[in-house]
Amino acid sequence: MKNTVISVKNLVKKFGSFTANDNLNFEVYEGEIFGFLGANGAGKTTALRILSGLSSPTSGEVIVAGYNAKKDPEKIKKNIGYMCQKFSLYNDLNIRENIMLYGGIYGMSKSLIEKRTEDLLEKLNFQEYGDRMISDLPLGLKQKLAFSVAVFHEPKIVFLDEPTGGVDPVTRRQFWEMIYETADRGITVFVTTHYMDEAEYCDRISIMSDGKIVALDTPAELKRQYNAESVEEVFVKIARPVNNQPHPPAPSSGGEVKTTYD
Amino acid sequence: MQKAIESSGIGKKFRETEALKDISFSVNESEIFGFVGPDGAGKTTLFRIITTLLLPDEGKMKVLGMDCKTGFKELRKNIGYMPGRFSLYQDLSVEENLNFYATVFGTTVKENYDLISDIYSHIEPFKKRLAGKLSGGMKQKLALSCALIHKPGLLVLDEPTTGVDAVSRAEFWEMLKKLRKYNITIIVSTPYMDEAMRCDRVALIQEGHLLSTDQPEKIREGFSRKLFSIKAPEKYKLILALRKYPDTITAYPFGDSVHVTFNNDKFENSIYEYLGNQGINNAVITETKAGIEDRFLELMDGGTKAQRHNGEKV
Repeated sequence: MKNTVISVKNLVKKFGSFTANDNLNFEVYEGEIFGFLGANGAGKTTALRILSGLSSPTSGEVIVAGYNAKKDPEKIKKNIGYMCQKFSLYNDLNIRENIMLYGGIYGMSKSLIEKRTEDLLEKLNFQEYGDRMISDLPLGLKQKLAFSVAVFHEPKIVFLDEPTGGVDPVTRRQFWEMIYETADRGITVFVTTHYMDEAEYCDRISIMSDGKIVALDTPAELKRQYNAESVEEVFVKIARPVNNQPHPPAPSSGGEVKTTYD
Repeated sequence: MQKAIESSGIGKKFRETEALKDISFSVNESEIFGFVGPDGAGKTTLFRIITTLLLPDEGKMKVLGMDCKTGFKELRKNIGYMPGRFSLYQDLSVEENLNFYATVFGTTVKENYDLISDIYSHIEPFKKRLAGKLSGGMKQKLALSCALIHKPGLLVLDEPTTGVDAVSRAEFWEMLKKLRKYNITIIVSTPYMDEAMRCDRVALIQEGHLLSTDQPEKIREGFSRKLFSIKAPEKYKLILALRKYPDTITAYPFGDSVHVTFNNDKFENSIYEYLGNQGINNAVITETKAGIEDRFLELMDGGTKAQRHNGEKV
């Protein structure tokens, strides 16, 4: 029996009268690479924020790394890693300083941080770059480093929010190999992407549309079910919005306004 | 046939960095011409030269029959440019943005409405909404409408689909195809290989060099070896095992499989035993057709920056 590390039951998230997540149910297992797909505005970011302890569900039960998202969001945060394309590392700190900062935030001891830093730089062949500012690194290196930093404290789960935008095919493959290696170590990888060829790399994928999960299975099984050559074809068949509406107006309350926008 | 763009020997340096090196190519009228390459390859620099926003250090660039250096005033009236970042006025409404761009180019929305009607009709119901409040796909449609409203001879799209979902991306490409009948030449950049297949011709660009320029199908056919697809449940172990296998030349993860090339373009049956010894018992090996991405990986292979920075053996 596979260990469940994320369990979502009847998750509903509302912003005023707008339902961003409409009764989601799914489980993610230990060491799995789980792809979380959906059109812009389908509700992925809202769900991701709840799973990572940044936002609380309106109703339903969400258990991540053994903790309840409503009661113990802080404990969830300690047991997960998070990386997104837009912001992950501090540009005006060098590589070592960034690692030191993140290790410290997660409460790692100085000696452990120092030891793992050297291991990491060696593994990435980055020794010569250790004192370089992040702003001086090419995008591909930044992304590899950001991923390594996100799993530096050996979390149970790492969330990747559109991690590979804009990188070349070689770097993208190296990135996916790092994901494989991480999953092989037993860390669960939960990844969102707009690029359906990337979805093919995942063990299982879910597809969201209008706040609901409309498909969840292995890429191979979904292609078989929908008689499609690629996940892209499956996606276009089932994720096409009913109408061509823009997003509903942003709710005016508080800091969660952005969560309805992917 | 008149060329929409003729680039010969274009070079551009920023201090020590050579952003573009000896770039020569031509684009035919009414063609959809794609530039495919990674972030930092030089796509945007090239587009800025084509749109007369930047002067090259070397070479000659002619666009719509005019020299980019001497003819820039006339040229700017005939180019529609959609930069990579959303560049419209977020605090103007949809309608106000469109009117503004029409006015700047000395025309009216009414005059060229037929050109944008297909695209604009999707967002017209929301014309009073502020541009900043639109979704990603809608912003993109508005930006395209604004870039087209003066009926340019050349439309320049810099990574127009980054961050846009697969459904909206497919719609966007359908729209571009429809513009062909208005004799508009389109150049478009993208980091994504699937979009390259939708262009009439494609230039692969990396580190300021053009690697190859051809029809996407021809580029794909340029793959020099037999390609094999190997599947097994233990993907990571499989990649590592294949890299260590003596006859392997390259092994890349590719979706749910690993794409592999072997010495002499064939594999021996003993490979199954080898994989079995590595704990991989249910490997399935089939010959497969190389895609444009396989070809791009092959072209990029060897001595590139991406390779030098690679921690693993590739």
